[in-house]
This record gives sequence, structure tokens and C-alpha cells, in this order.
Amino acid sequence: MSADDVTAAFADGPALVPYVVAGDPSADATERYVEALVDGGADVIELGLPFSEPIADGPTIQEGIRRALDAGMTPERYLDLVRDLDVDVPVVCMTYYNLLLQYGEGDEVETFVEAAADAGVSGLIVPDLPVEESAELEAACEAHDVALIFIVAPTTTAERVERILGRASGFVYVQARMGTTGARTDVSEDTYESLERLPEGDLPYAVGFGVSEREHARAIVEGGADGVVAGSVFVDIVAEAESVEAAAAALREKAAELTAGIADATPGGAPEPETTK
Amino acid sequence: MSRRETAADAETNAGASAGKFGRYGGQYVPEVLMPAVEELTDAYERYVLENEDGFVDDFRERLRDFGGRPTPLGRADNLSERYGIDVYLKREDLLHGGAHKLNNALGQVLLAKYMGKERIIAETGAGQHGTATAMAAAYLDMPCEIYMGRTDINRQRPNVFRMRTHGAEVNPVTVGSGTLKEATNEAMRDWATTVENTHYVIGSVVGPHPFPTMVREFQSVISEEAREQAREQLGGLPAAVIACAGGGSNTMGAFHEFVGDEDVDLYAVEAGGSGLGVEESENYAPNSASLGTGSVGVLHGAKTKLLQTVEGQIVESHSVSAGLDYAGVGPELAHLVDEGRVTPVNVGDDAALAAFHRLSREEGIIPALESSHAIAYLEAYEGDGPVIVNVSGRGDKDLDTVIEESEKRDLDEAPDMEVFRA
Ligand SMILES: Cc1ncc(COP(=O)(O)O)c(C=O)c1O
Repeated sequence: MSADDVTAAFADGPALVPYVVAGDPSADATERYVEALVDGGADVIELGLPFSEPIADGPTIQEGIRRALDAGMTPERYLDLVRDLDVDVPVVCMTYYNLLLQYGEGDEVETFVEAAADAGVSGLIVPDLPVEESAELEAACEAHDVALIFIVAPTTTAERVERILGRASGFVYVQARMGTTGARTDVSEDTYESLERLPEGDLPYAVGFGVSEREHARAIVEGGADGVVAGSVFVDIVAEAESVEAAAAALREKAAELTAGIADATPGGAPEPETTK
Repeated sequence: MSRRETAADAETNAGASAGKFGRYGGQYVPEVLMPAVEELTDAYERYVLENEDGFVDDFRERLRDFGGRPTPLGRADNLSERYGIDVYLKREDLLHGGAHKLNNALGQVLLAKYMGKERIIAETGAGQHGTATAMAAAYLDMPCEIYMGRTDINRQRPNVFRMRTHGAEVNPVTVGSGTLKEATNEAMRDWATTVENTHYVIGSVVGPHPFPTMVREFQSVISEEAREQAREQLGGLPAAVIACAGGGSNTMGAFHEFVGDEDVDLYAVEAGGSGLGVEESENYAPNSASLGTGSVGVLHGAKTKLLQTVEGQIVESHSVSAGLDYAGVGPELAHLVDEGRVTPVNVGDDAALAAFHRLSREEGIIPALESSHAIAYLEAYEGDGPVIVNVSGRGDKDLDTVIEESEKRDLDEAPDMEVFRA
């Protein structure tokens, strides 16, 4: 799959983009989990490649990363895992910049991008790489037809939004609130403000950070988003399940719940929910 | 403010990466923090470089009246005799709080105040930077929270009490090895949540631009004074300046004004710990010698030299001195090493402990274990005198560790403590 396939995944209505950490608790389990998420309605899979210093992640995903590293996940095994996946949705790799730099000989990032593209990775999200530092990675992504997905935060100024949109491909990840990743119980006011100030563009806007319930997904799509990203809620399920099978079932169910939330908000997609509050 | 400016000073073209030292430095931070580092860069340029609202004068006055600057440059007569060269000590241990850390903490807390920020956070390893920040925050009346690893809390208890005494909250960080690396991660996460009203006081010349440049700027008062004092007391420049290097803030502070003096050799002394190299399978390095033995990578906002596995996972480092126990190092220092201007050397745990005792016994000065690494390098130093060694801090905080570690090793240099045993 290619960079355009990532964008295309949003074409048939708002998309669900779930995140799990590769190798948490094992590569085999992750394969099952990705399939389960796709069964539950995932349109794009965001697969975390674990780094030892995840500064953009909250406690839940930090723990998932810790479990994956302890279980031996490496960039090489990650790419093997992606290669073995049997799903027909694009896979986006979320990781930190140092792992891209160290892959292969010398400190450049193209070796990783080429290997990732070859393994079937369609896009990259690198949360510690702002646009100012992204020229090298952008060139590599262009050369190997991999989408480079940037994050827009509540603090991002209008000038920076322009700069980011000028460099982004695949989709734009709209960070719904301040801070790090982590499931919350409400949808932030920031979410609506973030969406309102984003210009109409060619790329879909997917909103994440804190999404855990059907109601959140509905509210985000009603707020104008083209997609919903959810991570910590899935990583929590993985952490708490008694077995791989139980986790897979719960992941599928949660993905289906969020898909239903998206449908709730889509005109003609589902009957209006009969809440009166 | 200082005599020398470098490439990373004051060049921030919109859209281009900022704060590069050769191939090092930059701003590798989450987007949510980018507007904050841009705002800070702007404030740094206006207040610190251009003295807007008299910031620099205010800072200098407070360094004198609150901090006790200038610190002396004193000849170490007994060490001079021992090594056959003139050895001078720059006494940052005499700065208020007992370490060079206050130069930076006071500068940043004051800057935060000028910027209208309402809250201060900081990470700390040894607790020296946390203590200096807590002191400055109390003095300037700002609420303050310090992130500190669990392991470090256990080995630096007196500093935890000092921070609490100054009214700071101390937040224990339990993940990973519970040291400086994890505390820094957690402080960055706090900042990503609270950036609109909070300033993050980074404790060394590390992190995204403008921190490495700004912290060096606040610390360069060390070499500004030392260079002047050398002219007066030595009648000229020293042959060498020696400073320990963790993140490298006392190092850059002690070197900065001498960088243009080509005849002055600069030695950055890292923690050799209990051995060099990285134990890949253990994700562990028994040392903290990133500058001399690390490889290029990105950590905590900057491209620099790191201790990491071949795959790029950052390893747990080691040093008997908590303040040097860090897997990264300042990007400007990494660049000066690449340029051949700074020579990285290292000193192991044993030699540092021996130097701790030597300075205490022979000069009547108890150095911090960090600074003991710089003192210890005199044993290996083969160049000419006079040399200036930066005593970055005093060692009262380390006494428990030193007693325990000296006994373990049955060190000849250590005093006999038998009489105190119950
Ligand atoms: C006394 C002293 N010296 C040196 C250091 C190391 O820091 P840096 O390398 O930034 O000077 C510390 C850090 O805590 C310290 O307390």
C-alpha cells in the first residue's frame, strides 16, 4: 500500500484509527489484535514501534511500550510483524525519531523508510519530530511513497498550522487536548476549537488523545472530524485481558463500539441516538 | 551578555530548524511544545541577549546579592606541589546552595517571571538542580514542582528535604531505573500539559533550543570570572581548564569564554563508572561517558551523543555520582569535541572517590562527587600548568554515599571510621 491509500481510507466516511503497541505482549498477539481491530471496523491501523523514552505518551501507553520492549520487540521484528499481517487496511507506524536514525548503518533515516515501505508500512507518525526538523524524513517518505503524518496541537498557532499542512501527507492528526496520550472520560472543549480553526484542505483530519467511548467518537465526528484516533483505551484492554483471545474479543468489541459512535454522527449512517439530554 | 556568541545564538528563521551546533542540537519536541520553545526563544533573545527591561542587570545583581558571586579562584597549594604544576580551583562549591546549578536556576526562574509565567517545574538527578530551582523559586515567590526518580530520591535524601523546606513539591518518578532520564521524561510530559502558564527549568545544557544556548549563557559567568581572575592572579591565561561533564552545564560554563583562546586546552571529564562500553543485552552502560564513547542520536529534544543500543533504545547509565549519571550530553559540547576543541576524558568511580578524599584531606575542601571526577583527572593530566579545575559543587550531600562506597572498596585514601561504629 502507498501514501495515497492512507488518505483513501477516509474516503467512505469518517474513519476509525486504532493504536496498539507492537509486541505487547508478543508479536503473535499483536497480529491477532490487529485482525480483531479490523474486524471491529478499523480503517487504518496505527502500530506503535516501542522506544525507551516515549515523551509524548501518558502512563497507559508507556506501560504498553515497557511490556513490548521487555518481551523483546525491535525495529527488525516490527517490520517482520507488519510483513506478516494479513489485513487490507493501511498500517501507519508511530515511533520516535531516534529509532529511525539508528536503523541500518550511519545516522540517516532513509534506510528505515525504505525497509518500512518494503514491509508494507504506508505512513509514519513521529511525535518528537516537528516540521522544522522534518526535511530529511519528508524527502525519504516521498521517495518511498510513505505518508508523513503530522500532529496539530491545541497550542499550534495559525502560522504553524500552515507550515504543517504544507508538509503533511496521509492525514492530519489533531491532538484534542494538552498533554500526553491517555484515555479520558469526556471530550475536550479544545477539540471543537481545534477543528474550527483548521482550514478546509485536501487531507483528512483525524482527532485523537483521550477517546475511549462511543459518545466521544460521535461528538468528534459531529464536530467535523474525518476520523477518530484511539490508543490508550485499546492498550488498556491488552493490559487487563486474561488471555490473548479474551483481549482480541474485547478489542474487536471496543472497535465496533467506536465505529458505531462514528456512524451515530454520520448522516444516513445510523438512526439518531435517542438521547434527550 | 557574554563575550562570545556562537552559531546557535539568535538565528531563528521561521520554518527552519533552530539552535544547531554543527550537526547537533535542534528542536526535537512534540508539536504541543513547539509554540512554547518559540516563545522562550523570543524571550531569551529579548531579555537575555538584548537586556530588555534591564533583565541582565537585575540577574547580575541577584547573582551577587543572593548567590554570593563572584566565587573565588584559589591556588591549591598542596595539589600544586603534588603534581608539580600550578593548580587553581574555581570555587563554584561556594555559590549559594553549594553548586554551580544556581547560576542557571536563578536565571531561568527570573526569566519565567519576566515572561509572566506562574509556575515552575524542573527535573533533578542528584537533587542539586532541584534544590537550586526550589531556592530560586522561593526567593522569587513562584510555585515550584520537582520531578525526581525514585532511585535518586533514595540516594540523595538530604536534597529532597531541602527542596521540601523551600516549599517545592517533589514528585517521585518510579518508571524505569528511576533516575534523571525518567525524571526528564516526566517533566516534559508535565510541560506538554501545562505549557501555557508554566516554565520548565531544564537543569543542564541539554534539551531543545534555546535551552542549551540559554543555560550555557547563564553558566558562562563561571568562565567570565575565571578568565578575569586568571589574568589578575596568574598574569595570563591558564594552560588548561578541567571540568566534569554530566549534561555539561558546569563544563560549558567553565569553558565558554576560553573557547576562543586557542592555547587553552579544555578537558571534559566524564564518569567512567565501573567500565566503558554498552552492555547491549542488558540495556545498560556501566558508565556515563556519552561524549567520549557514545553515538549520535536524538534524546530529550536535541540531536547529540548518546549511550544507546545499536537499535536506538537509550540505555540506563551508571556513575557513583548521581549528577553525572545521564545517557546524553549537551549538543554544543558534542560539537566542540567533534571540532577537536574540547578533549573528552573519563574517570571511573574508584578514582573519583579517591579524589574526593584527596581534596578533602589535602586542601580542606569537600568536593561533590561530580566535581571529584575533575579533580581526579589531575592524576592522568600530562600537560603544562597552570590549570584551572572547576569545583562545580560541594560534597556534603554525598557523604553517606562516600562512606558506604569507600568502605566497600577499602579505599586507602578514606579516613578510618572504625571509632564511630556502634
Ligand atoms: C555539583 C555538580 N556538578 C556537576 C553536575 C553535572 O551537571 P553538568 O554536567 O550539567 O554540570 C551536577 C549535577 O547535578 C552537580 O550537582
